[in-house]
Amino acid sequence: MYEGFLDIFDVFLEQAAEFYVWDNAVYLFRAMMTTLFMTIVGCGLGFVFGMILIYLRKTPGLIFLPVRLAMIFYVEIFRRVPFLVLLFLVMFTVKGFGLDYSLFTIACISIVIISTAFIGEIIRGGLDSVHQTQWDTAAAMNFSRLQTLRHVILPQAWKVVLPPAFAFFVMFIKDTALTSQVGILELTQAGKYYNNLGYSAILSFGTVLLLYFVLSYPMTRLGWWIEARLRDRRRDDDDELEIGVTPYELRRT
Amino acid sequence: MHHLEVNGLTATYDGKLLVLDDVNIQVGKGEIVSVIGPSGSGKSTLLRVIMGLLRPKSGEVKLDGDTVDYGNKKSVKALRDRFSIVFQQFNLFQNMDALRNVTIAPVKIRKRDARQVEEEAVELLGKVGLGDKLHAYPDELSGGQQQRVAIARALALKPEILLLDEVTSALDPELVNEVLDAIRILASDGMTMMIVSHEMGFVREISTEVIMMDEGKVIEVGSAAQIFDNPQTTRCQDFVGKILRH
Repeated sequence: MYEGFLDIFDVFLEQAAEFYVWDNAVYLFRAMMTTLFMTIVGCGLGFVFGMILIYLRKTPGLIFLPVRLAMIFYVEIFRRVPFLVLLFLVMFTVKGFGLDYSLFTIACISIVIISTAFIGEIIRGGLDSVHQTQWDTAAAMNFSRLQTLRHVILPQAWKVVLPPAFAFFVMFIKDTALTSQVGILELTQAGKYYNNLGYSAILSFGTVLLLYFVLSYPMTRLGWWIEARLRDRRRDDDDELEIGVTPYELRRT
Repeated sequence: MHHLEVNGLTATYDGKLLVLDDVNIQVGKGEIVSVIGPSGSGKSTLLRVIMGLLRPKSGEVKLDGDTVDYGNKKSVKALRDRFSIVFQQFNLFQNMDALRNVTIAPVKIRKRDARQVEEEAVELLGKVGLGDKLHAYPDELSGGQQQRVAIARALALKPEILLLDEVTSALDPELVNEVLDAIRILASDGMTMMIVSHEMGFVREISTEVIMMDEGKVIEVGSAAQIFDNPQTTRCQDFVGKILRH
């Protein structure tokens, strides 16, 4: 047992010198960036579509009932399907339609479909955390629904929305490993590649694992930082960034 | 012709529970009409319906003789341009300081000149005694202070009619007077107001007319002196008797 461990370690040291070279670093870096961009594009668009989804879900009146039901249906379905299955489904549907999309695009589409549902729910939770009376008050002052969202509700909802949204984003960095199943050259696929070349699993997958951490940890920190900032400072609007107790005379200049 | 006229107004919650039952009210320019009655009698609902926050089932609301169409966005918008409401729970926008709470609607919704609005807002906040709290956030203000900001915010919209919905009910007793004083100033300025209140002494002092409501119906209408000293209906006698003995 002990001997075996030493053997593995020997192989590791032997291969390490050969493995950690510039060309491999570039290759791994590109794989890492693919992982990151896939997540950013997928979750970023998911955020935008999630907002639209929730806006539609909160439309008032009987006339919009089908829209609301469709939105609820969407969320309930896509929060419950495995990412890998959806990925295959999207890939074969796209191919079935004869569309020549890159694997990266197919992965992004799949991530958007899932993240829209999840982030939509997160945003809904945030909006619901703001009391209904704020809507009523704004309505009584002739704010439109969009104006109410922009000036009153969203500025209050951010601090509830952002932490879980960021956690979802960081979690999805890891989930993109599944896209290696359709052959996208991202981090996990890179690990497989090196392992197939004959590098030990500890070396190839160990390095990949470390790189996942290098990607996720700063993102988590960024999330904490944004969260802290939201807690400390309050903003009501994009055109008034600096808010503190500034004397009136100073603010006017 | 009355400034505000409410004719046969009926409203329900969820289509079942009748909360307003054939309510008729007239308010003249410069008048202060107070609505009194036990909790759940429909007083606050009446203000909510007038503001278009709850759709009436039947009946009509007329402003200077023109009927408000609550099914029509434009009509409701036009109405809300002429009314302001102050709520029991203040409902200040929590993400804005006092000054911004007052200026946001005139600037962003009415598209008025920001500098001018701000000057007026500072003056209004000064008038309600909060000249030194311009940049305080709602959670840094006491209930009474928040409610005074809410009043300033309502006034910044230059309403023709101000609706006050139990504006002192959520306040500690020692804070009530500072809010009532602010309303007294408005009354002396000739502001037309509809006040829902449990502060009977105040209602008596300030109202040109008092309306007693119970179970969604108007029970009695009269001058403050009549309602408090010589109520005609048994229900009103009962209510006033209990309150005044209290």
